[in-house]
Amino acid sequence: MRIQKNPTDETNSLDLMVNMGPQHPSTHGVFRVVLWIDGERIVKSEPHIGYLHRGSEKLCEDELYSQVITLFDRLDYVSNLNCELAFCMATEKLMDLQIPDRAEYIRVILCELNRIANHMLFYGAYGLDVGAMTPVLYGFRERERIQSLFESVTGARMMHNYIRIGGVKEDLPDNFERRIATLTEQLKRGIEECDDLLSNNEMFLARTKGIGIINGEDALDFGMTGPSLRASGILEDVRISEPYSIYERFNFGIPVGTAGDCYDRYYVRVEEMRQSLSIIEQAVQQMEKGPILANVRRITRPPKGEVYIRTESPRGDFGVYLVSDGSDKPYRVKVRAPSFANLQTLQHLLRDAYVADSVVILGSIDIVLGEVDR
Amino acid sequence: MAEKLQTPNNNPKRPRRPPEIPTASVKLDEREKALQSLLPQVLVDFEFETVLAVDEVIISIKPQDLPAICKVVKDDDDLNLGYLRCISVVDYIEYLEAVYHLFSLKKRHKLVIKVQLPTESPHLPSVVSIWRGADWFEREGHDLFGVVFDGHPNLVPLVLYEGFNGNPGLKSFPFHDYKEW
Repeated sequence: MRIQKNPTDETNSLDLMVNMGPQHPSTHGVFRVVLWIDGERIVKSEPHIGYLHRGSEKLCEDELYSQVITLFDRLDYVSNLNCELAFCMATEKLMDLQIPDRAEYIRVILCELNRIANHMLFYGAYGLDVGAMTPVLYGFRERERIQSLFESVTGARMMHNYIRIGGVKEDLPDNFERRIATLTEQLKRGIEECDDLLSNNEMFLARTKGIGIINGEDALDFGMTGPSLRASGILEDVRISEPYSIYERFNFGIPVGTAGDCYDRYYVRVEEMRQSLSIIEQAVQQMEKGPILANVRRITRPPKGEVYIRTESPRGDFGVYLVSDGSDKPYRVKVRAPSFANLQTLQHLLRDAYVADSVVILGSIDIVLGEVDR
Repeated sequence: MAEKLQTPNNNPKRPRRPPEIPTASVKLDEREKALQSLLPQVLVDFEFETVLAVDEVIISIKPQDLPAICKVVKDDDDLNLGYLRCISVVDYIEYLEAVYHLFSLKKRHKLVIKVQLPTESPHLPSVVSIWRGADWFEREGHDLFGVVFDGHPNLVPLVLYEGFNGNPGLKSFPFHDYKEW
């Protein structure tokens, strides 16, 4: 690939051009940034994405509605259920379909568990990014517990294909209540342990406090959403601003940061795990027996029209724009991936940062390249 | 394939009618109704057409008005549509359509702006100067659909590699008989 330098550039010929990625463990996938460095300072950066572009949106146009769900699993491969949910909700909204109560509760419980699993992965990987080896072991231990519960419910540890248009695939296993009770207890202790381990560590604080600051206005201008936006002091959560599914039935808080630096972006996520856990506890209590799938035909044919749905995925505002022409295949699916928009801020965040902080800043945005490239 | 599976029409007196395709029902909530009534006052200088879809208010505008309208709806106190969620391009074969999904964090209402473009050499003014977040969305639209966003500072390939031939988002791009290597 060729790098074009334009004359209005802020770089000069003495700057050193350094390539980072795409095969670099701390880029969280296949992501490449070119850095122009003056001594220890980054003058300019240029991200390159697209190494994982599979044309998911185009592939959706050639699949039945029920088959598209499997493609959505593979977008954000760390929080699969949240992606599945977004697509199913878009189709249901177009069809004006009522979902059975129990199915909604199952969806919420699993999606919130997935949020915790996602943030646990972030926690571990972020520890590695700043140079701490231990957090990843603790983070993955907790994530493993959630995944083995997913395995018992959906049959798969990742690519679940569990949420269906009109409900979910099958009912929860018999021992689910007992298992979720133990799991929430374990997670509660686990989150505290993780928090204790890293959040007040002096070296961690030195590496993350006051690094990669972005203010709320800039963040919004770039289209940043999710925990990264809330760390900049803006309260925007789709679960609150446009409640979907049954989120208005729960009582939960939205952690908001103040500084907008790497530490706030990290700690907002830790706090979010606690809130998700409280949602899960409430949902398990409120859930009643009942049907799990609405009365839908095997081959879904939504009416002609278009719909844009937004959900709060662990990374932010996950939007699906669905255009239907009344046939059994979607006419056009556009995915508004939160990581895609969040990653645009990287150029802004890296300007005038130290080279050693570049990995810390990139890690704090928490990207998944499967979703960025689609 | 679909034609082969259909049962033959044995009664020539009653020709088979094509199946009727239903249209999605529209249900606007209070916020969107208020927004709809506001629009003619705010966009008094522009030509636009209002359509409703499911729970959204859609306005179709002319391509050259796009940056001006975006600026107005962003800065207007009553509309306050400061957050650009998404830019999508849809290929309707006869024409292309660029769709801008806007949202207001304060008022919590949403607006969709649509622009129709010709299939041959589609050009559209860029909105990067209004929302910096439009940058990559426009580059992606340029990659996959060949829409040229005039005034974009850096319209180079984003998701495709440099030198890729064609616009894979278009319906005319071959789906199955395409070989990369």
